[in-house]
Amino acid sequence: MGANDNHRECAVAYAEDSTSYTNIAAGGRVEDYFTLLKPRVMTLVVFTAVVGMLMAPVAIHPVIGLVSVLCIAVGAGASGALNMWYDADIDAVMSRTLNRPIPAGRITRDEAFTFGIVLAAFSVALLGLAANWVAAGLLAFTIFFYAVIYTVWLKRSTPQNIVIGGAAGAFPPVVGWAAATGTVSLDSIILFAIIFLWTPPHFWALALYKKGDYEAAGVPMMPNVAGERSTQNQILVYAVILAVVGFAPLATGLAGALYGVVTAILGAVFVFLSWRLWRAEGKEMKRRARVLFTYSLSYLFVLFLALVADAGLAAWIGGL
Amino acid sequence: MANELQQMNTVTQEEFQRRRRKRSIALALVLAALVIIFYAVTVVRLGPEVMNRPL
Repeated sequence: MGANDNHRECAVAYAEDSTSYTNIAAGGRVEDYFTLLKPRVMTLVVFTAVVGMLMAPVAIHPVIGLVSVLCIAVGAGASGALNMWYDADIDAVMSRTLNRPIPAGRITRDEAFTFGIVLAAFSVALLGLAANWVAAGLLAFTIFFYAVIYTVWLKRSTPQNIVIGGAAGAFPPVVGWAAATGTVSLDSIILFAIIFLWTPPHFWALALYKKGDYEAAGVPMMPNVAGERSTQNQILVYAVILAVVGFAPLATGLAGALYGVVTAILGAVFVFLSWRLWRAEGKEMKRRARVLFTYSLSYLFVLFLALVADAGLAAWIGGL
Repeated sequence: MANELQQMNTVTQEEFQRRRRKRSIALALVLAALVIIFYAVTVVRLGPEVMNRPL
């Protein structure tokens, strides 16, 4: 069935509703296709991939570096499109995702699927040709992990969904590192571990104050399955482990004193906010969960920025 | 396609054509970017060797 047939069928189904009819029959807008790429998630992916690339011991040619980052961004976007293709049914019942292009009726599922597959294939092939096939293989695995292992399999079947699925979000710095070096090393695995351990407290904080949404959609997030108290406990445990693992780049020599100070402060605040959340209940708990969620975004951004700043400082001092 | 367009009301038809034009422009830009990317990557990867081939 072609896209036009799909539009025609949907247009007939929505004929009673003039807005939906116009949306379906007129086809998707360019902005809708861009939304399918989950641009906000893509920002974080690009940022961590660039940091992975910059921290690598081998300098990458600027053009190859730029193309590699573009491929990683498009690969992440492809995973986003495939995620929206598969999750269209549950997106339609959650307030946060209700207005996405597919549930809103602006793009059909077939279109989103084709868009995702084409972008995935192009991004992997181009990364392989431009940088190397280790990086391309890692990017392909990341897309597969997010679209199939997380979205299709884990998300609806286990409350550990984002713990294991978090690996997909943790791969970009490893891909960036591999684009520059052609290998995977302990240092890039440390960057992976930091994001991997950051993901559960980040998403569980969101799930605590958006619990109703996930419940309505039937997604087994930790607060819905194990309860709020258990989720608060686990957030605190992950926060402590994250704060400790945050020091790992110092142990391998990937980072120095500046990073050490930043990770100590950031980790302490993360643990403190998780502890405050652990102590709260009811409405206050939801408020503190929102605070932790917002902080966790800044945490990762500033921590990775500190890695680059530290390396820059070391290079500057070395050059004096 | 022509029949389909005839069946649509005027508002939908105009919107359809407007969106299709924008999608086509976006696709053209992406293709142009790909051409530039492949050219640049070829030059960087092969360097001066890009010209060193039997004619």
